[in-house]
Amino acid sequence: MSVLSILPLAVDPFIEFGFMRRALVACLALALCSGPMGVLLVLRRMSLVGDAMAHALLPGAAIGFLLAGFSLGAMSAGSFAAAMLVALGSGAVVRLTPQREDASFAAFYLIALASGVMIISIHGSSVDLMHVLFGAILAVDDAALLLIASVTSVVLASLALIYRPLIVECCDPGFLRALGGRGGLYHFLFLCLLVATLVSGFQALGTLMGVGLMMLPAVTARFWARSVGGMAAVAVLLAFVAGYLGLLVSYYADLPSGPAIVLVAGAFYIFSLLLGRHEGILSTRFLRQVHKEF
Amino acid sequence: MRTALTARLLGALSLTLVLILSCALPAQAAQPPLQVVSSFSILGDLVKQVGGDAVVVSTLVGPDGDAHVFEPRPVDARRVAQADLVFVNGLNFEGWMARLVTSSGYRGKVITASQGVKPRQMKDEHEHGHDHDHDHGNLDPHAWQDLANGIIYVENIRAALVAARPEQAEAINARAARYSAQLREMDAFVRNTLARVPAEKRRIITSHDAFGYFGAAYGVELLSPQGRSTESEASASDVAALIRQMKAKQVRAVFVENVSNPRMIERIAREGGGVVGGRLYSDALSSNNEANTYLKMFQHNASTLASAMLKQ
Repeated sequence: MSVLSILPLAVDPFIEFGFMRRALVACLALALCSGPMGVLLVLRRMSLVGDAMAHALLPGAAIGFLLAGFSLGAMSAGSFAAAMLVALGSGAVVRLTPQREDASFAAFYLIALASGVMIISIHGSSVDLMHVLFGAILAVDDAALLLIASVTSVVLASLALIYRPLIVECCDPGFLRALGGRGGLYHFLFLCLLVATLVSGFQALGTLMGVGLMMLPAVTARFWARSVGGMAAVAVLLAFVAGYLGLLVSYYADLPSGPAIVLVAGAFYIFSLLLGRHEGILSTRFLRQVHKEF
Repeated sequence: MRTALTARLLGALSLTLVLILSCALPAQAAQPPLQVVSSFSILGDLVKQVGGDAVVVSTLVGPDGDAHVFEPRPVDARRVAQADLVFVNGLNFEGWMARLVTSSGYRGKVITASQGVKPRQMKDEHEHGHDHDHDHGNLDPHAWQDLANGIIYVENIRAALVAARPEQAEAINARAARYSAQLREMDAFVRNTLARVPAEKRRIITSHDAFGYFGAAYGVELLSPQGRSTESEASASDVAALIRQMKAKQVRAVFVENVSNPRMIERIAREGGGVVGGRLYSDALSSNNEANTYLKMFQHNASTLASAMLKQ
């Protein structure tokens, strides 16, 4: 077994089948925007907010489906609207009451999730809740690919524009306020970008698995990089490699693709948890021993 | 003191229950039309055809509904509880039915309409040993897709209805005989329609494997990405295998069904060089009048299949 004999196994499925190429491109595009967004969520201590927002997409997607069937536009617009409503609602609660943001997020997303399940159940027809929750990366069509690519471009461009205040705001909100910066505005823009990212991920991986591709690589990146830029780069790379390997696993081991992709990302996380360069459990212990010896 | 009170309360409660039951039971027996629950729309139509005005049929999984992933609601449990007769397909089609019957407290007969049908085994294309259709075991439940089986269903339904309403036996028997004759006519129509297609063109792709009986009875070869159940998610290797088959055997007729996500099958059609030839009805009748009865479903499926296969 040499590298040369493995190479065909690693590229052949993508050469032979268009649906594999599309899935791979979708993974790449998703990785590009999910990586930085995930890292920023982790830095802002909002790791679970991604999950909450993903559930908030459900009623919108369900209403979109009921009105227009499996239509990309209707389901995307509906889910974007629903998630923005949850984001705005919890933002308003934070301003008007002493409630903290995570608490109001929890309340709003649970309401949204339950109404989504309710809408789907009342219709009680061919809508399979699982399709909405888990998506179908193998069925990504031109329109979905265009949507994902456009969202990625917009998210990356916007992040570049508001990068500095966003970082300052999450490290030292008092400093930004002292300079007269509008932290609330950036926070709101950030939530918009988050919802957009989730909506595009939802088309490919479904609401649940989309968050997996966003959060797992971002959390893993902390074990390998120190700077925000470095972490974002590592997260993008990990997310893309997880997508690629997940598709190969699905192809050769005959397993469903969405969970395979997220589980590969999960395996990266477990590996890094143990052997990560920064603060990995085993590597820290090993380094400490080395320090003692010298 | 407290135990005495509890005992008395319990006594009162059970007395009330007995009273309610004794009121309810004779009232039901006196009401002429038989309250019948059928698990899904196709079976519901068969019961209606045979039962006529002797029955009032309510269906749990309605038109365009997917019985594979159905979740019963309390109102469904109530309908089962109040039924005189419950009809199911059997062959593990309605995995949720046994639990629903138990939890509803229904004590009447559950009639398996597919009793006596020769079940088809699931063809296992996956040699890795893992089971895609754990809900179905190894049996293909879609037996109604062969009209000869439909006639067996009708006979089972007839026997059950006659047993429940012996005084209306004559009318029920007459309706069953008339309807069976219609099914035999439809069987001839399906065969004639498909006979127009040359044998080497009788191959199609459908989104889930519901037409095994149809294919075996009427000589159509079927390929599909999902397993027998709509529950299983297709893996990349399933999709790849199907596209290879399409190219190798030059299959171009691809069909979507009224019960599953059409995006996957459209993608496959595009990539394998196929054309989506229309919509087939497999597990549920339509809510429009394209295929809202068992007979119309066969007429629609046969015509749609024949015209798409002729083009390939």
